[in-house]
Amino acid sequence: MLTKLTHWSRLKSPWILHLNTGACNACDIEVVAALTPRFDVERFGILLKATPRHADVIVCTGPATRQMKDRLIRIYEQTPDPKFVIAVGACAMSGCVYRGAYNVIGGIDQVIPVDVYVPGCPVRPDAVIDGVVKLLNKLKG
Amino acid sequence: MKFQIPIGPQHPALKEPISLRMTVEGEIIRDADLRLGYNHRGLEKLAEQKTWIQNIYLTERICGICSHSHTTCYVQGVEKLMELEPPRRGLYIRTLVAELERVHSHLLWLGVAGHEAGFDSFFMYTWRDREIVMDILETISGNRVHYGINTIGGVRRDLDEQQVKHILDSLAILRQRSEYYQHLGTNEPSFVARLAGVGYLSREDAIALCAVGPTLRASGVPMDVRKDDPYAVYAEVPFEVCTADTCDVLGRTVVRIKELFQCYNIIEYLLKNLPSGPVAVRAPRRAKPNEVVSRYEAPRGENIHYIKSNGTDKPERLKVRAPTLGNYAATLKMLKNGFIADVPLIFAAIDPCICCAERAVSLVDARSGQEKIISMNALKQLSRQVAAGNARKREAEWPL
Ligand code: SF4
Repeated sequence: MLTKLTHWSRLKSPWILHLNTGACNACDIEVVAALTPRFDVERFGILLKATPRHADVIVCTGPATRQMKDRLIRIYEQTPDPKFVIAVGACAMSGCVYRGAYNVIGGIDQVIPVDVYVPGCPVRPDAVIDGVVKLLNKLKG
Repeated sequence: MKFQIPIGPQHPALKEPISLRMTVEGEIIRDADLRLGYNHRGLEKLAEQKTWIQNIYLTERICGICSHSHTTCYVQGVEKLMELEPPRRGLYIRTLVAELERVHSHLLWLGVAGHEAGFDSFFMYTWRDREIVMDILETISGNRVHYGINTIGGVRRDLDEQQVKHILDSLAILRQRSEYYQHLGTNEPSFVARLAGVGYLSREDAIALCAVGPTLRASGVPMDVRKDDPYAVYAEVPFEVCTADTCDVLGRTVVRIKELFQCYNIIEYLLKNLPSGPVAVRAPRRAKPNEVVSRYEAPRGENIHYIKSNGTDKPERLKVRAPTLGNYAATLKMLKNGFIADVPLIFAAIDPCICCAERAVSLVDARSGQEKIISMNALKQLSRQVAAGNARKREAEWPL
């Protein structure tokens, strides 16, 4: 009964933490745009949270830079279980144009485990919503 | 009793990774220091390995909000190096996209300012209307954020009658909405009370600390590259440089709202006087050995690119001075003797674009930063931090 309830509430209110690990800001504004009236992901119960301790889902944009690597791991560990990571944008997936730059490690998955990849440079807000819905479906199943 | 408070790199008050270290006495900030480099990707070095054309798309990805600023600045420089003269229609379209970008950037900023002031409905309103601009940009270029419209020697896409009409129609809606924001931003008592007097930067300080863009103009200095050193077609477009003399966050808001109206006028003028002809000329693959400095008034202030060529199809050096960097020194000044609660607002008021600023600057900045934290305590703290980071890293790597 209780597990059912937690499962249900988890599905209905996935709170997200938006983390920029070296992105060019385009993916970030598209993530924020997804939260605003035109796209409005709040109807899925998604709220943008400011601290990792309140979040269920980390939305990562940008390639992992060397300086951010340790911080990224720290933030991942601060997030309470169960936690999920969405890699938003070509950067977070593989490094995009920055691949090969000396300060870029590569995709987010080089540092922390990733559950959903959303491609695009930058991703469209529609794609962000698609990614979130896929994650929710994954949770359901 | 003095305390040091670190803020960032991930912090509710900051949207992008940057670290602030503040020395506070009670609620009042006595000293502030910046740590940079979280977003440093080594883009300038990367540019040396790519061809002139590839670099357009790389410079576009310096920043997502002023993507057109960086490409235009870069492309202008390269055109000078290659001694190319882009056709006038191409320049008009380039300027048009630049102004549309300014509109979307300022609307975005207004929303963020509202959000930081605790006025979230304002944020939602402006971002809703921002979608109108995004739609226009999408019809012109096919993309919402990275337009990819610039190319060396002109632009890649032409406008047709229908698009012109669509833009003019949307402009009417935007004008109406902006009037509402102007009314709200300057008359709504709680909003004005929150912004007025916060983050004071006097005219002298603004000049001495080399502030740029709306931050500078809000301190009463009418400086704008579009007027002072016209590029593209700004020399023939009538517009005014907007200033305010309150020197605070409210002034910066007013300047940006005023600029919105100027943008609408410019866009209208450009569309009404659009010359006919081709939009681009063919560019050579190589550029003669030379160097050039290119200036551009981005929504956040003056953007400078320095490009050096050596006769090959790749630049020998590309240096980017983004506007946010020019504003850092002024921000620290604004933070001093302010309240902790004002930090997000002051910081947001320069419209920081960390990803823009973090090119190759980090070396110099890190050095001056290091000099400041020589105190034993801070050093100890730093070493402890590093050690703590290591331990965590080991643990974390285990499940991967
Ligand atoms: S994927 Fe593209 S748009 Fe997104 S952060 Fe990377 S470079 Fe910018």
